[in-house]
Amino acid sequence: MWWHRCSFVPLRPVYAEFELSLTAMGAKPSGRDVQGQSVCQRRPGSQGTKMEMPLWLAKGLYERKRRVLSVELPKVYREGWRTVFGADPIVVDLHKMGPYYYGLGSQMLHFDSPENPEIANTILQTFIGRFRRTMDSSQNAYNEDTSALVERLDCLERSLFKAGQSGLNSFQLWEKGRSSHLTASSLVINYRKRKMTDLQA
Amino acid sequence: MFCEKAVELIREVHRMGDGQLPAFNEDGIRQVLEEMKALYEQNQSDVNEAKTEGKSELIPSIKFRHSCLLRNQRCIAAYLYDRLLRMRALRWEYGSVLPTTIRFHMCAEEMEWFNQYKKSLATYMRSIGGEDGLDITQDMKPPKSLYIEVRCLKDHGEFEIDDGTVILLKKNSQHFLPRWKCEQLIRQGVLEHIIS
Repeated sequence: MWWHRCSFVPLRPVYAEFELSLTAMGAKPSGRDVQGQSVCQRRPGSQGTKMEMPLWLAKGLYERKRRVLSVELPKVYREGWRTVFGADPIVVDLHKMGPYYYGLGSQMLHFDSPENPEIANTILQTFIGRFRRTMDSSQNAYNEDTSALVERLDCLERSLFKAGQSGLNSFQLWEKGRSSHLTASSLVINYRKRKMTDLQA
Repeated sequence: MFCEKAVELIREVHRMGDGQLPAFNEDGIRQVLEEMKALYEQNQSDVNEAKTEGKSELIPSIKFRHSCLLRNQRCIAAYLYDRLLRMRALRWEYGSVLPTTIRFHMCAEEMEWFNQYKKSLATYMRSIGGEDGLDITQDMKPPKSLYIEVRCLKDHGEFEIDDGTVILLKKNSQHFLPRWKCEQLIRQGVLEHIIS
């Protein structure tokens, strides 16, 4: 459908709000004003406080030179898991290991870890290793239940899978000579279905 | 924790996955803007204090509030922009007249935007394809014939075609009509295209 192409992408990077553990929080917020920040301890001189905070906040507060805070890498990007990815990326359940593996991994590079080159390389190689399988399965699963195929994919791979399926379905329609068949807009159909359930409720 | 209301707005639109437009969350936006105003004012006073009295320990909390402000701004921008994209798609799917229920979900400014978009599109369509212009919202799928067989899915009343004939669109009646007249009604689910 036409409107699928204006993919509602602005939402995704914003929506992926992650939690990271931080170590060595150097300067602490001044006591009187941080209302609502229930996670923060307010003892003076609390260096080395470890806490969880959203990614956007960590990025906002991070400073390379002053070392206000340092960010602990989630374990999926650390040496142990990197070896697993190096061995065979296809078998890993990327949905379980944090559904935004690629997105979050790219964001983690922002925090100047000494392991950045290895992390970046692993993420890239993992994607390359898994892409072929995603592409093939999306192009060959026609009119069947695909939940087993997508359950171990991360969100980026799922949207690629969806794009592949959409292409496959359009092609099949064309092969059957139904590409000139005018249909009701899916927006209209879904809208009417929702109205029915609302009325029945 | 700050910015939670803003993320709630995003979740609301994200939930409506298939291009549906949820009601405009006026309340939610107002709450986020109020939060932003409070954060901004606190930061203003802290910045003044830090400058005049040299209290540099205020700086981390200033940065914290600033991050929250930016986050709120980004969430609101994403919320509004996503709704805009959905409304734009509605013009192409439903046509220029939206059903009242959808119109109720749009705020005044969004309605204004929609009208402007319709106008821009109409102006553009008039400017191409020679004298009469070209309706690019037609023929979204490659046409195979000038006339098509359609069945009526619900009572739609009288319908006039180009040569003056009036057709009564009653539920389950079948007609042989010009394609360009029916395309809109088919998309809206009033008629059904039958191919043998």
